[in-house]
Amino acid sequence: MNETKEAVGQADQFEQAEVIQVVATPQSTARVHREHRTTIGECRVDNPRMRCTDVNVFYDDKQAINNVSLDIGENEIIAMIGPSGCGKSTFLRCLNRMNDTIDGCRVIGEILMGEENINDPRIDVVPLRASVGMVFQKPNPFPKSIWENVAFGPKIHGLYDHKSELEEIIVTSLQRAGLWDEVKDRLDQPGTGLSGGQQQRLCIARTIAVEPEVILMDEPCSALDPISTAKVEELMMELEEQFSICIVTHSMQQAARVSRRTAYFHLGDLIEVGETEQIFRNPQHQLTEDYITGRFG
Amino acid sequence: MNNTNSSSIAGNAPGKPPRSRTIERVRSGLKKRHQAERRFRLYGRVAIWLGLAFLALLFVSIVAKGYTAFEQTYIRLEIDFSADNLGLGIQRDRAALSRADYGGLVKASLRSLFPEVTSRRDKRALYALVSPGADFILRNQVLEEPNLIGITKSLWLPANDDVDMFIKGHTERTSEDSGRLKAIQHRWIDRLIAEGRIEKRFNSTFFTAGDSRDPELAGIRGAAVGSFYTLLVTVALSFPIGVAAAVYLEEFAPRNRLTDLIEVNINNLAAVPSIVFGLLGLAVFLNFFGLPRSAPLVGGLVLSLMTLPTIIIAGRAALTSVPPSIREAALGLGASRVQTVLYHVLPLAMPGMLTGTILGMARALGETAPLLMIGMVAFIVDVPSGIFDPSTVLPVQIYLWADSPERGFVEKTSAAIMVLLLFLIAMNSLAVFLRKRFERRW
Ligand SMILES: Nc1ncnc2c1ncn2[C@@H]1O[C@H](COP(=O)(O)OP(=O)(O)O)[C@@H](O)[C@H]1O
Ligand SMILES: [Mg+2]
Repeated sequence: MNETKEAVGQADQFEQAEVIQVVATPQSTARVHREHRTTIGECRVDNPRMRCTDVNVFYDDKQAINNVSLDIGENEIIAMIGPSGCGKSTFLRCLNRMNDTIDGCRVIGEILMGEENINDPRIDVVPLRASVGMVFQKPNPFPKSIWENVAFGPKIHGLYDHKSELEEIIVTSLQRAGLWDEVKDRLDQPGTGLSGGQQQRLCIARTIAVEPEVILMDEPCSALDPISTAKVEELMMELEEQFSICIVTHSMQQAARVSRRTAYFHLGDLIEVGETEQIFRNPQHQLTEDYITGRFG
Repeated sequence: MNNTNSSSIAGNAPGKPPRSRTIERVRSGLKKRHQAERRFRLYGRVAIWLGLAFLALLFVSIVAKGYTAFEQTYIRLEIDFSADNLGLGIQRDRAALSRADYGGLVKASLRSLFPEVTSRRDKRALYALVSPGADFILRNQVLEEPNLIGITKSLWLPANDDVDMFIKGHTERTSEDSGRLKAIQHRWIDRLIAEGRIEKRFNSTFFTAGDSRDPELAGIRGAAVGSFYTLLVTVALSFPIGVAAAVYLEEFAPRNRLTDLIEVNINNLAAVPSIVFGLLGLAVFLNFFGLPRSAPLVGGLVLSLMTLPTIIIAGRAALTSVPPSIREAALGLGASRVQTVLYHVLPLAMPGMLTGTILGMARALGETAPLLMIGMVAFIVDVPSGIFDPSTVLPVQIYLWADSPERGFVEKTSAAIMVLLLFLIAMNSLAVFLRKRFERRW
């Protein structure tokens, strides 16, 4: 690992990540796997919304997640950080079984939500995804009207009896996503016509319209400008009161600003997890420290 | 910035070249680059002009040969609808009227115009100036309006195709009796022209009649309606089946050996010569299932088999071009796969699917070979009134007319080609329109 760190010393974050993959993978991944790292810090919380135990993920034969155990607490924002390709997105997608849609992806382990192991293939993903919503890296509103974007979830799940109820759901969702004032006059216009930040908030509104318990966000701000980012962050902190939020982010500042707990991933291992303040102020593991001090990744 | 960084990481940092040298190098290569660009554009233009030139050649030659078919030579005759001429007794019911001798009316009228013609041979030549179809026209008039009987009326009746060809200048006047028209007939025609009894008028027969052995009575309607019914069957079968197959293969089927095999086979089927589908149709639909010969139903079945692979391939291409982020968004909200496909993927893929379908239909419209196999090449006079009636289709009609010896069918062939091209243009415009229409939504 040493030569890796030196080689990429001063380059900026994004390029570094690429280089790490290229340089580090051949020899060091193998070593990492043999070592079998244990997670530093407390991965368990009281009253978890979701409890993952020994989760392993394989893409065909390649292992992307090694024995990760982690709890998602009630009404908390948990940030997942780590260099590119370390498996944050993969782990996040386990939580609502989006990995099912990828050919050759196998998820092994137990993911409890209440009493249920949601990783059981017998579990129907439709209600699961209704209670674990997802916001993607690239804003992906449907190429339909703003109204229809938000209405789609409630419609397919039959969350209302009368049109007036649907209207109420749509209005409150847009209000809570902080988008209402900007779009109230053009609900019939395409959601794809909004700005990037507005589109992402529309996607959030669409997700909360279904009233999930957990919201997964995979780098929701990476395609947004700083002002939109600030709006989305503000929104997340408001939503924390009602939802559990798992956010993958490349921005250390963002993780520090919004999250209560932080989990640091490295090459498929969960290296360290703990209170955000403690992780950032006093990281226990060398890799964590290197990462958050910007020495790599 | 990027450049220097990566080279330093690679380990051989040779020092940044001075800025001016870079620009010099770019400048020196610039001329070459521009030339290459101009050359490329020129190739493109030449290709397009060549294509357009051939297209123009095709259109000009067809239109030049065929436009005269939209006109038809008519002869004005005084027809005396007397009961005597008609050979009618006292009975005036429908049956008696339709059995009456309408040919006699025309003959009587011609005889009174040219009283000097007496020999039987000359009389036959005289009668041959008017189309045999004149009888039917007169009969229909009388049946429609029985109180015409006893009245003399001046009527424009279609001339025979030989007269028509001569009037249109397609055949020369010959001094001897070697041509299609005899010298004496030419003299009669001259007299008719002098008396203002010959006129070229719009040929409505061409658009209202079915096929005929006589060029002046032959029309395109039978074939056009046959084509319409055939395509109706084709689209009704192949569009839903094709879309369902494409959606299943693209969105639901697991990727394994079997689906690979199916894909290879579909691609193969798309390239199978159409006559093979015709043979299949003959063996299966006619011989095994005993469906009627020459019927648009069978033609449509055969053409569906032929167009299905095209539609499936186009449909799958349209589905793959729908961004995966849309599927993720819907699935992430808890939509089932069917809901995802029906609400989001299919509407986005529809323009591509429709375009593929219409192009497939256009190909089916122009297809001849497989239809020959199932008997749609038969000589059929009646305009079909349903998918079970024997009929022919436009390209087969073109083939039949092109094969006919009468000079009058030459222009009909070109005119039929024009009608077919018109159909094709209409269908392709529809494809463009539908694509624009569906795409414009967002
Ligand atoms: N669809 C896939 N097929 C195969 N390998 C994948 C796929 N998606 C991700 N991976 C691999 O899994 C590892 C983790 O990827 P990912 O979870 O996307 O990382 P992160 O989100 O932390 O950048 C990477 O090494 C990546 O190459
Ligand atoms: Mg990722």
